[in-house]
Amino acid sequence: MNKHVELKNHLREIFYFRLRLAIGVGFVLVLMSLLLMRFFYLQVVRHDYYQTLAESNRISVVPIVPNRGLILDRNGVVLAHNYSGYTLEITPTKTNGLEETIAELSTLVEITPRDRKRFKKLLAERRNFESLMIRNKLTDEEVARFAAQQYRFPGVEIKARLFRDYPYGDQMSHLLGYIGRINQTDVEELEENDLAANYRGSDYIGKTGLEQSYESELHGKTGVEQVEVDSGGRAVRILSRTSPSSGNTLVLSIDAKLQEIAVQSFGNYRGAMVAIDPRNGELLAFVSKPGYDPSLFIDGIDPQNWDELNNSPDTPLNNRALRGQYPPGSTIKPFMALAGLHYGERTPSYTISDPGYFTLPGSGHQYRDWKKGGHGSVDLFKSIVVSCDTYYYRLATDLGIDKIFTHLSGFGFGKKTGLDLEGETSGLLPSQEWKMRRYKQKWYAGDTVSVGIGQGYNLVTPMQLAYATATLANNGVAYRPHLVREVRSARISENRVIEQKQEFDLKIDPAHLDLVKRAMVAVTQPGGTAVAASAGAPYQIAGKTGTAQVIGIKQGATYNESMVDERHRDHAWFIAFAPADDPKIALVVLAENGGHGGGTAAPIARKVMDYYLLGKIPQPLPDVAAKEGEEND
Amino acid sequence: MTRRQLWLRFIAHIDPPLMLGIGLLMLTSLIVLFSADNASFGQPLKQLANITIGLTFMWLVANLPLHYLMRTAIPIYTLGLVLLIGVALFGEISHGARRWLNLGVMTIQPSELMKIGVPLMMAWYFEKHEATLTARNYIVATLLLLVPVGLIARQPDLGTAILISASGFYVLFLAGLSWKVMGGLFVGALASAPFMWGMLHDYQRHRILMLLDPEQDALGKGYHTIQGMIAVGSGGILGKGYLDGTQTHLDFLPERTTDFIFAVYAEEFGLLGNLILIGMYLFVIGRGFIITANASTYFTRLMAGSITLTFATYAFVNMGMVSGILPVVGVPLPLMSYGGTSLLTLLLGFGMLMSIETHKKLNKT
Repeated sequence: MNKHVELKNHLREIFYFRLRLAIGVGFVLVLMSLLLMRFFYLQVVRHDYYQTLAESNRISVVPIVPNRGLILDRNGVVLAHNYSGYTLEITPTKTNGLEETIAELSTLVEITPRDRKRFKKLLAERRNFESLMIRNKLTDEEVARFAAQQYRFPGVEIKARLFRDYPYGDQMSHLLGYIGRINQTDVEELEENDLAANYRGSDYIGKTGLEQSYESELHGKTGVEQVEVDSGGRAVRILSRTSPSSGNTLVLSIDAKLQEIAVQSFGNYRGAMVAIDPRNGELLAFVSKPGYDPSLFIDGIDPQNWDELNNSPDTPLNNRALRGQYPPGSTIKPFMALAGLHYGERTPSYTISDPGYFTLPGSGHQYRDWKKGGHGSVDLFKSIVVSCDTYYYRLATDLGIDKIFTHLSGFGFGKKTGLDLEGETSGLLPSQEWKMRRYKQKWYAGDTVSVGIGQGYNLVTPMQLAYATATLANNGVAYRPHLVREVRSARISENRVIEQKQEFDLKIDPAHLDLVKRAMVAVTQPGGTAVAASAGAPYQIAGKTGTAQVIGIKQGATYNESMVDERHRDHAWFIAFAPADDPKIALVVLAENGGHGGGTAAPIARKVMDYYLLGKIPQPLPDVAAKEGEEND
Repeated sequence: MTRRQLWLRFIAHIDPPLMLGIGLLMLTSLIVLFSADNASFGQPLKQLANITIGLTFMWLVANLPLHYLMRTAIPIYTLGLVLLIGVALFGEISHGARRWLNLGVMTIQPSELMKIGVPLMMAWYFEKHEATLTARNYIVATLLLLVPVGLIARQPDLGTAILISASGFYVLFLAGLSWKVMGGLFVGALASAPFMWGMLHDYQRHRILMLLDPEQDALGKGYHTIQGMIAVGSGGILGKGYLDGTQTHLDFLPERTTDFIFAVYAEEFGLLGNLILIGMYLFVIGRGFIITANASTYFTRLMAGSITLTFATYAFVNMGMVSGILPVVGVPLPLMSYGGTSLLTLLLGFGMLMSIETHKKLNKT
């Protein structure tokens, strides 16, 4: 009985299995007939259509490169645009001897050694059945002269192309960056991101600066034309066309005129300046001096110019504002003062007596004040006004590195600011943990002392310091710093205004803020370290000078500016915001080897603020540096 | 022992009809590869080497008695799973997807192993619980399928994930998964489609959208489809003739020795050639079904059925993709496309089919 049931089940099971299998067979037959129907449709019904496409004529898919988006300043002034121009191009495989062709050509149009070098480089990089540029920006006359003789030059043709132009040249170079020819690395990156199709036909891609950071906005969408070509490869007619859509236009928060004035105000100094609207994080000026001519890079820079830029002691390729890391010097003091008040280590009335130096208990090492003999009795207000070092040596020691670290990192020191420009460095805000990691050493009390006056391990970028200054100016409320305020599309409905995003609120006690800000105003008044900054100004400027040492001074030695080689002089800092009671602009000026902040950096800041707040365009420099007597740092 | 006896012993476990079918397909492959590689022996010779290696492994597997075959299920599946997890953690990223595992001496693609490993494991599991099949067993079997599929989909390699899902689904289907559940799954899949859409990577969505309108992306992936359709369509009824395909020889066809080899074939041999090709595939598939129907145990029935149906699916998906009715998912045409890995996997599968067919008498007694 039992066995019978099992056997029956077994048979039933086989039956059901074969039933299912039959369904599987049916399924396969359906799939295969689907395929056969499709083949019948393609190969019989639509055969003529595809036959036409494939055999008698061939379709060629031609990409249409979109126009790259423009870059405008906040008032609509053009900072980067395209213009059409003629290029002379050679397809090496089609010529009768490349050298002869070039030699012949040079009798018709001017071909400089630079052009030849660039062409050689292209020849090495690209395949020689491609059309390679030998000359760009041909004049109408040159075009006409060549056109008349073209029959003599197989494989040489004139093409109309769009060129990128940066009207402000080296003034904006570190901000805008440049585009350059797409190289192998770019190709790999594009393929990695599945963007290669959209770059078919494109020759250029953003390499640095905003051109790189906003590449995806600026490039646009490549269009495509399907054309019938005859057996010789010439287009016979257009079958279909999808228009390209131009790249989006970037509207920056930068004010081109302000930038121009800032650059000019630097005179011969190297350095950096960043100006921010503290109310919303918009960057108003972003200067790194010296700059370079971005147009040199577009078609590949020639070795001579490259060597010049790359080996120059002025390092024009270094984006100082974004990547330069310097000791903040005394500009750190207002932030230190806030830390002292916040942690209750200092009250407004707490007064020290400054003998001109500070020693740690049980140590003979003297940390010297910049002023020999000291400042006498100093409270917090005065400590900022006269930039008393001794006060901050002691304050830093009382606070300890942990509290300093916590407080300063609140202002964004030691971190990237998140500016919408690639390549930012993060500076350095030291901590016990950092020192252990970096030097495998514990933190010593002596390390803390110089951190108090911004001369220890700490390093800041001008961008960082500007961001911290803006945060201070805006009462501890920080907005994300940004350069692009609006992205405009060809379709108006897709225009986007970059949102102004509040990043954090440090919730600083208003009484503390008021005290520090008043002290910073006094810095620019007689008796302060930066009188030159505000002499005759109809608005109040709050500021702080600073000096970043380039070489260390030995114990007991004195620093004598005139004795020191120019490149070893101290860097001058000045941070400021104005009007002091309702800040509309916060900025930082760094003048490399500029000596004192009050003497060199502050007047630069003043010119920028005068233009921004009053619309005043500076006259050729009146000699403000005359009153330098008391100013030091 | 005479030479003839030796030979007979050598081919004792080779199924002649199946061998004939796959032999013809591989021969066709070499002929088409010669054309696709611009009348050069380069790729055909390399493929011949791949075929030799593949056939050796097929022979070994075919000679493996069934209980050995069953015993490999857990080790293969576990190894595959470990390697997949390894890929997820340490895999190499190439073209935005993490599929390869670098073992120092060689890089491997564990998802390939799972094409065999998953159905093998599921069939083994059903065999173990044959006597007492309940809903719970189907759920466990489904999990055995979904875990590796999920890992592969995450790489992301949607094409392989879908094909392995199909092979696992065939096991479930043949094991008697109830129609109600299948209906439920179908409705569920439809309902979750919008959700799945959200999970897809941009490029995957792109490929699906592009199928609806290949002109949309005529510079990128749509180019493949358009050129494939032109090649197939212009082939007409009789084809343009061997080595005379203009699409092929004027460089219009991308990936023409691998995923798009069918376009080369269809252009040169036309609808007639396609009928013959489909005929060859149906012959192999038909033989697979016969082996399945006659298989002696539950395990072998499930395994043979899944191998056969999966093979049919691969062929359909590739030809559908080239002729523009399925998205471009990167599935080679089985036994035809150039490439050693997929060929090896396929021939291991056929080795199993042969083992199932030639060992069944022994098993019954």
